[in-house]
Amino acid sequence: MNFSLKSWPVYIIGVGLLILFIANISLGSIQIPFHKVFYALLGQGDTQDTHYSIIWQLRIPKAVTCIVAGAALSIGGLLMQTLFRNPLAGPDVLGLSSGASLMVAFVILIGTSAASYLPTVNPWSLALAASFGSGAIFLLVIAVAHRVRDNTSLLIIGLMIAAASGSLVSVLQYLSKAQDLQAFVIWTLGSVGGTNWSEILILTLLLIIGGAISITSVKALNAWLLGDNYAQSLGVDIKKSRLKIVLATSLLTGGVTAFCGPIAFVGLAVPHLIRLLVPTTNHKILLPMVMMGGAALLLLCDILAQVPGSSNVLPLNAITSIIGAPVVIWVVMRSKGVKM
Amino acid sequence: MMKDSPLYTKSLSIGYPSIQDHILLDNLNLSLYHGQLVCFMGPNGIGKSTLIRTLAGSQKPISGEIHGIGNKNVAVVLTERVNAGMMTARELVNYGRYPYLGWSVKMTEADQSKIDEAVQQVRIQDLLDKPIHELSDGQMQMVMIARALAQDTPVLLLDEPTAHLDLNNRVEIMNLLRKLTKENNKAILVSTHELALALQTADVVWLATSQKSIRVGMPEDLVLDGTFDEVFQFKGFDLKTGRVRQEPYRNTGVQLIGEGHAYLWTKNALERNGFHIDPNSSLTVKIETLPNRLSLSTHLNNETHTYQSIAELLSRLTKT
Repeated sequence: MNFSLKSWPVYIIGVGLLILFIANISLGSIQIPFHKVFYALLGQGDTQDTHYSIIWQLRIPKAVTCIVAGAALSIGGLLMQTLFRNPLAGPDVLGLSSGASLMVAFVILIGTSAASYLPTVNPWSLALAASFGSGAIFLLVIAVAHRVRDNTSLLIIGLMIAAASGSLVSVLQYLSKAQDLQAFVIWTLGSVGGTNWSEILILTLLLIIGGAISITSVKALNAWLLGDNYAQSLGVDIKKSRLKIVLATSLLTGGVTAFCGPIAFVGLAVPHLIRLLVPTTNHKILLPMVMMGGAALLLLCDILAQVPGSSNVLPLNAITSIIGAPVVIWVVMRSKGVKM
Repeated sequence: MMKDSPLYTKSLSIGYPSIQDHILLDNLNLSLYHGQLVCFMGPNGIGKSTLIRTLAGSQKPISGEIHGIGNKNVAVVLTERVNAGMMTARELVNYGRYPYLGWSVKMTEADQSKIDEAVQQVRIQDLLDKPIHELSDGQMQMVMIARALAQDTPVLLLDEPTAHLDLNNRVEIMNLLRKLTKENNKAILVSTHELALALQTADVVWLATSQKSIRVGMPEDLVLDGTFDEVFQFKGFDLKTGRVRQEPYRNTGVQLIGEGHAYLWTKNALERNGFHIDPNSSLTVKIETLPNRLSLSTHLNNETHTYQSIAELLSRLTKT
């Protein structure tokens, strides 16, 4: 089936994304009349109004973070699933998020023991440290994946690497001060609410870089689906393209993890949900679709985490896992063996 | 000669540099030619797949030269099964054009017509919109061959394309490859275990020996000079007659009178059951081919019996 970017699923996701964006801004623990949201979005309205500043200083940054982080994580998931030719690969499953967490733990718990909470840490160093952490784990997993060829072993190894870096994190936690610890634990629950505009800017830049690397690798990504030997016989430089995919995934996962915490399941689940909507294997279509789908899913998860109509806020990871875990079960059940 | 070869090697040694006794095949001087179907045979584990991967350029040789490596000169069909979920046969064939496409994989009309041509040659028009996981092994192999043809290369390398296929599919694939060498002037190398099929379709046979060399020749020459026997160490198979060797364990000769296919198959049944054909035997079996039916009769000491089938005949003969 040949899908183009002009077919109906694209419009559905596009319109859905817009609706979810407006809904995300409209809903929250403080009720704001819809016409005020509308005017605020257009930049009109009373700038002194508390509602106006809630929208512009809290809700819009949060919604934009959802869009950027969701898109970044989903591209990361798609790239990993293609590279490993494994439908259960994803940044959190194979330990990339843990690697990033470990580096963030270093920066928060040791590097800045003087600073008491997250935003005082230089956002660039946090993002780069986290990207470095996920990149290192990625290379480790690739080295191991070369020796084991079956999906199950790879996933078990990913889990073990995640467990090992998790234990290092807990050692760091044990050694650190109580107030640092609290900031770190809250960070691990995943949040899109704590980001300021300069962090959003960094995240957006990372998304643009990672996205550009992915889009220019469309040919290699498609060819990877046939396996290394065929990809090579079709003129794909295996080493170079693998390195590009690792770089893009690490930047995307690392950046998001640094500012929003290790958000679970989005990277893994979105590519599958998108393939349901557009049954294609062409990354030229999958990449933009997955970006939009990831943005939409994270907006939705954030709306649910706010528990509309109440003043409670749930941890974001609780919601993404409730949506993501069934997707994984469904993928395994559907394909008996595990296929992509 | 070598100048006309689209893919040839000089003193090529292949194997795995990381392993101790690492050379699998040594000092190979091989050439493929346009219009020639080469069947590459040899026992398991001797390095057939390694040579094909090396000729395709995806594995480095240990030493020596290969001339003609390149994805616009050589296309491959490997043993690994492509398994990519919702990919359709059409999408898989399209991959053949990848060496000619830019990063955004946009195909031109010329690309599309190469694909259509490949699809027509392999006759898989009806399969194109099927997801590849719904294809049978034989259909999948045809799609992979169409993909290789779409690559539009003078040379095709195929690693055991007939493995796991039934006889019909095996014959279909070998005939297709033969047709491609004759009608499209392709140079084709096929590794295979199908001795009978290879002997009947190959222009040239490459036989990998346990001395790490490859013997090259016409299949008939290699049969008659005993090279096949030497390489395969046949157990109970007589290559010169193309048949399994039968022990005449009954010590009973039969004089068989008849002609045509009925004669051959009756002889086959008798020999399999331990009889041997002896023109001087007093036990005579006569075959008459009547319209639509077979009539068999035995004659011994003026006693005559008739039978409707070979099974009936044999149940009588083996009783006495």
